[in-house]
Amino acid sequence: MATRNEEAIAVAEKLSTYEWGFTSEIEQEFAPKGLNEDIVRFISAKKNEPEWMLDWRLKAFRLWLDMPSPDWAKLNIPPIDYQDAYYYAAPKQKPTLKSLDELDPEIRRTYEKLGIPIEEQKVLAGVEGARKVAVDAVFDSVSVATTFREELKKAGVIFLSISEAVREHPELVRKWLGKVVPIHDNYFATLNSAVFSDGTFVYIPEGVRCPMELSTYFRINAANTGQFERTLIVAEKGSYVSYLEGCTAPMRDENQLHAAVVELVALDDAEIKYSTVQNWYPGDAEGKGGIYNFVTKRALCQGRNSKVSWTQVETGSAITWKYPSCVLAGENSVGEFYSVAVTNNRQQADTGTKMIHLGKGSRSTIVSKGISAGRSDNTYRGLVRVGPTAENVRNFTQCDSLLLGDQCGAHTVPYIEVRNPSAQIEHEATTSKISDDQLFYAMSRGLDQEDAVALIVNGFAKDVLQQLPMEFAVEAQKLLGISLEGSVG
Amino acid sequence: MNTGSHGQMLEITNLHATVDDKPILKGLTLSVGAGEVHAIMGPNGAGKSTLSYVLGGRPGYDVTGGTVAFNGQDLLEMEPHERAAAGLFLGFQYPVEIPGVSNVQLLRTALTAQRRARGEDELSAGDFLRLARAQADALGLDMEMLKRPVNVGFSGGEKKRNEMVQLGIIGPKLAILDETDSGLDIDALKAVGDGINRIMRAPDKAVLLITHYQRLLDYVRPDVVHVLAGGRIVRSGGAELAHELEREGYGAIAA
Repeated sequence: MATRNEEAIAVAEKLSTYEWGFTSEIEQEFAPKGLNEDIVRFISAKKNEPEWMLDWRLKAFRLWLDMPSPDWAKLNIPPIDYQDAYYYAAPKQKPTLKSLDELDPEIRRTYEKLGIPIEEQKVLAGVEGARKVAVDAVFDSVSVATTFREELKKAGVIFLSISEAVREHPELVRKWLGKVVPIHDNYFATLNSAVFSDGTFVYIPEGVRCPMELSTYFRINAANTGQFERTLIVAEKGSYVSYLEGCTAPMRDENQLHAAVVELVALDDAEIKYSTVQNWYPGDAEGKGGIYNFVTKRALCQGRNSKVSWTQVETGSAITWKYPSCVLAGENSVGEFYSVAVTNNRQQADTGTKMIHLGKGSRSTIVSKGISAGRSDNTYRGLVRVGPTAENVRNFTQCDSLLLGDQCGAHTVPYIEVRNPSAQIEHEATTSKISDDQLFYAMSRGLDQEDAVALIVNGFAKDVLQQLPMEFAVEAQKLLGISLEGSVG
Repeated sequence: MNTGSHGQMLEITNLHATVDDKPILKGLTLSVGAGEVHAIMGPNGAGKSTLSYVLGGRPGYDVTGGTVAFNGQDLLEMEPHERAAAGLFLGFQYPVEIPGVSNVQLLRTALTAQRRARGEDELSAGDFLRLARAQADALGLDMEMLKRPVNVGFSGGEKKRNEMVQLGIIGPKLAILDETDSGLDIDALKAVGDGINRIMRAPDKAVLLITHYQRLLDYVRPDVVHVLAGGRIVRSGGAELAHELEREGYGAIAA
């Protein structure tokens, strides 16, 4: 029906106005364009890093030069010119701030537009009894402000930008950096190891339950910069932390590379909950621009009864290549992966997880909800591996795909490698289309088409969304609706 | 456009509609006044469900001729959600399951959207829950049912009661109820019938009951009964017409 197509086109055009696509006029300090050993030295010098850190970076850089870019994902990645990008961009300003009042008002406005609760007062003025959230904001490459440091300090929790941590807690960083994602792990992780510009370090001492949710917002602002964060979270015996990560980026015609590395370590009886809401700029309806989100996230559940739970809501980026994984080394350790990945227009996502069972009695749960619309491709790729000495391992995997329209693709690629006969592995998968019956039913009750789609999709993704902390769940629900606007004609 | 010169709530004039290019409604004319309950009966394939979908605005049901005025507004120009906001409620023969979405969530979102469209204030969460609880109680439905995903795992009878709870919460001006009685046991039938009377029997409301059988009409007494056959209203009469149909079958009357 012609009229419905026209409507769809009109809505799709509206969609191309990415809600977070503004740029801030802030003076930036750049490293020269290009990538070579001097740039690596420049970054390290800018950060006053000790010798060992520079050596580590240089080692990674030299390894990277001889590594091939991975090509096994179901992704069409255009060639990337690594020399045509800036590897360091910092707002021109003293990076160590006494309080948020010293923050560039322009940056603060940017965060306000993003709806980030960066101001301490805002959080403190929240409803009585509301959970506190400590925010570490990464604006391009340098962490500009950290809140709640004092209260965390009292609990013994270290929550710093990774640059500060390298200077202030070198023994801890040195002990764990690269232990979960080794320096030579993969092309993008190795690149990150060479040029990471900032990121977050979290250390929870033995027996401490982190008194608040820790939150980092990443945002890519400058044109042609890569953002290479490095996040390291160490949870000592019997500790607990919940960490939230949100990402946005302004609209640009060029593609921007985001190659982060996240390493988590959980010791005996420790638990880490890591939640991500990612809405990097996805490019326009024709696939121009957008972020390349090539991220290596891995957790080492080293201790007995340790637990790591990854929850991700991925709606942005032109291309996503991301497999938050768990190495379940500890006896009775637990790994969880809850994912909602939405692709629309020309977006491509190849995402999933690896659960590597090494410890006896280790358990894992994978719930993946893929939603494809427009002309996008959405792939779940997951590995469940059980080592020969890992007795009584259990895994449950559920992969559901929802298709909107008839020009998108949903693919499920589960790998299962079991070397111990006592393992119990379950895999369930479904693929469905959003039904006209459901849409009409919801609309006949008073919802317009976009709200109806958003409601149904949120229902589809509910098992994952309910894993998110409350404040994130609300944001994620809205995002699902926004990122699918115009996808049903 | 005839805006209902007789003060009619719903004025259908010479309506033609096709599904997959196949003509189903072929010149249907019908008017329903405020305060009235009309029943539409007819054999399978007569176009009863098509009529309800056309009035609800379902995509794929294409109007090829005629007009429909709803309280003076051109209904056919409106999107389904606009029809809902204007006060039209469609009760489904087969209520649809929406996994992961609770009844409360659907209805709260729907009611908020409707009220916003009409320029009314949003109902507070507390007021909404009180309204929902009252309607669930009146229908003998456990409030817990309203917290469960829409129609998922509901029995046939529960689904139909659920439609009535929705009717009560949304509180429309005109309810078009498509085979609301199908698949109901006698208790559920009575509950649904009582629900319709309680919610919709008012001077400013009206009901279009689409049904195969006379039995629901024992509980909801219609003011007018129409026989729909071959895509048109072939006969109209009082409540006694339903009994006549029950006795003699559609064959004799629709011929």
